[in-house]
Amino acid sequence: MIFPAIAVIFIFNYIPLYGVQLAFRDYDFSKGITGGEWRGLYYFDQFINSYLFADLMKNTFFISLATIIIGFPAPIILALILNQIRRKKLKQIMQTTVYLPHFISIIVLVGMLNVLLSPETGIVGYLMKSGGMGDINLLASTTSFIPVYVLSDIWQHCGWNSIIYLAALSTVDPLLYDSAKMDGASRWQTIRYVDIPAIVPTMIILFILSMGGILGTGFEKVFLMQNSLNLPVSEVIATYVYKIGIMSNQFSYAAAIGLFNTVINFIFLFAVNAIAKRASNMSLF
Amino acid sequence: MSIRGKSPSEIMFSIFMFVVCTFMFLIVAYPLYFIIIASISDSQLVSTGKVFLIPKGISLFGYKEIFQDPRIWTGYRNTMTYTILGTFVNLLFTLPAAYVLSRREFRARRFIMFFFVVTLFFNGGLIPTYLLMKGLHLTNTIGVFIFPFAVNVFYLIIARTFFETSLPSELYEAAAIDGCSHFKFFIQVAMPLSKALISVIGLYYLVGHWNDFFTALIYIRSNELQPLQIILRDILLSNQVFASGAGVGGDAGGYAQRYADQIKYGVIIVSTLPILVLYPFLQKYFEKGVMIGSVKG
Repeated sequence: MIFPAIAVIFIFNYIPLYGVQLAFRDYDFSKGITGGEWRGLYYFDQFINSYLFADLMKNTFFISLATIIIGFPAPIILALILNQIRRKKLKQIMQTTVYLPHFISIIVLVGMLNVLLSPETGIVGYLMKSGGMGDINLLASTTSFIPVYVLSDIWQHCGWNSIIYLAALSTVDPLLYDSAKMDGASRWQTIRYVDIPAIVPTMIILFILSMGGILGTGFEKVFLMQNSLNLPVSEVIATYVYKIGIMSNQFSYAAAIGLFNTVINFIFLFAVNAIAKRASNMSLF
Repeated sequence: MSIRGKSPSEIMFSIFMFVVCTFMFLIVAYPLYFIIIASISDSQLVSTGKVFLIPKGISLFGYKEIFQDPRIWTGYRNTMTYTILGTFVNLLFTLPAAYVLSRREFRARRFIMFFFVVTLFFNGGLIPTYLLMKGLHLTNTIGVFIFPFAVNVFYLIIARTFFETSLPSELYEAAAIDGCSHFKFFIQVAMPLSKALISVIGLYYLVGHWNDFFTALIYIRSNELQPLQIILRDILLSNQVFASGAGVGGDAGGYAQRYADQIKYGVIIVSTLPILVLYPFLQKYFEKGVMIGSVKG
């Protein structure tokens, strides 16, 4: 009964691992993955010394860091707020609303950004014009790319990501709330001393996981939001690998960049895990 | 709500909550609402900010244009096919495996679990995977939407945890005494007891297939096989609004652009509709899903 699953994982996840050696070889169309000459670290050298390297690293870091720093606390705050709503019906409506954007596809989301933010025809563009802010095209400017990316990400996923914290909050013993009330705690204090400690373990695990993906910045959304004007800040490692590899067939070079990315992700994951272990005795492994 | 008997800080808190919640509600709901009213309003009025709360100059031109576009229908049909087949295969591969992994008497279970979990952290990356798909002749076939993603390790773990906690081992022992095999037990006892799990995992897989565009972007070249999301990309992002091509730049520029936006708003609605229609029925499962999964890693 388990065999089909093993076969699928083996074929589609393990065989590509074997193909990683491509990063160290010349890819030869006629001889397949293992046919080319060994080049050692040649492609890694080429990447690190390329004029794009600094920009790619900077962009990837900035986008991921901004997403984590702003995007990580958002669902926590949302969960704490939702948890405070006493009226059941109201809470239901709020939850239904904030979960909804999660189900919109990434293409539709970027499409929405395009029509809403467009300076000629979008409502936000119109509001900005009438607000005296001029004809700024939020989608094509290098300064607004990251804010638009991060804020729309929060808009889309914050509600959904809060579910896990709400689940953690729902396991808090009601007695704790009662005794806090008896001791004269205000509702702010209840949040501070009962709710927050209850979700710290969940927070740490999720934080470690998100740091592990720091350079794994989602290819899809960045790729769709890219245009020639915001390219200086929106070209990230993942989109570059796609362009080099799939679009221009430099398989070995692209594989090397991809591997480089994975290794850095791993270093981050382990580092944050080790720090968390020291600081709070919590860790992923 | 009465103010009596409440301390000033309580009142402050209630006001604060009210303001924050209203603000959040508007931020999330308004853009969605705006898309709806914009899709049926005169686009001239929309772009000059005259449409704000209620649709004005109602016109269904955008929808008419969308329903005449064959690309939308091809995309819809393809996406439906991939979603239904894909989700079916997902469940067919994931559930039995999760069941096996949940049986404590299965010796290799720790080893196999490790084999699965490693893939969450390590992968070959885009290029080796791409070459593999090519080598398997999966590019430009329906198969590429279905087989590579047949098993999602996260969902596998959720399913395993569910089976572990909700199917007591006494249940199987009792059935085994009556001569029931694992296979029969899985089909006749475990599955009917796991409706909640099946709906949750099925829902996650389903939404994943519905929204997937990456697979088609990389592995599909043929127009006939493009899923809805790729067609949406052409219309929404590459501005290929009219099938005839008249809208793109051409002489009719001003006229076409005016309607192009209305078509875009309409396309957003049309493509998201199925999920929005299902949404109220599915919502009760969301929290259940997280609960099932979070019992223990």
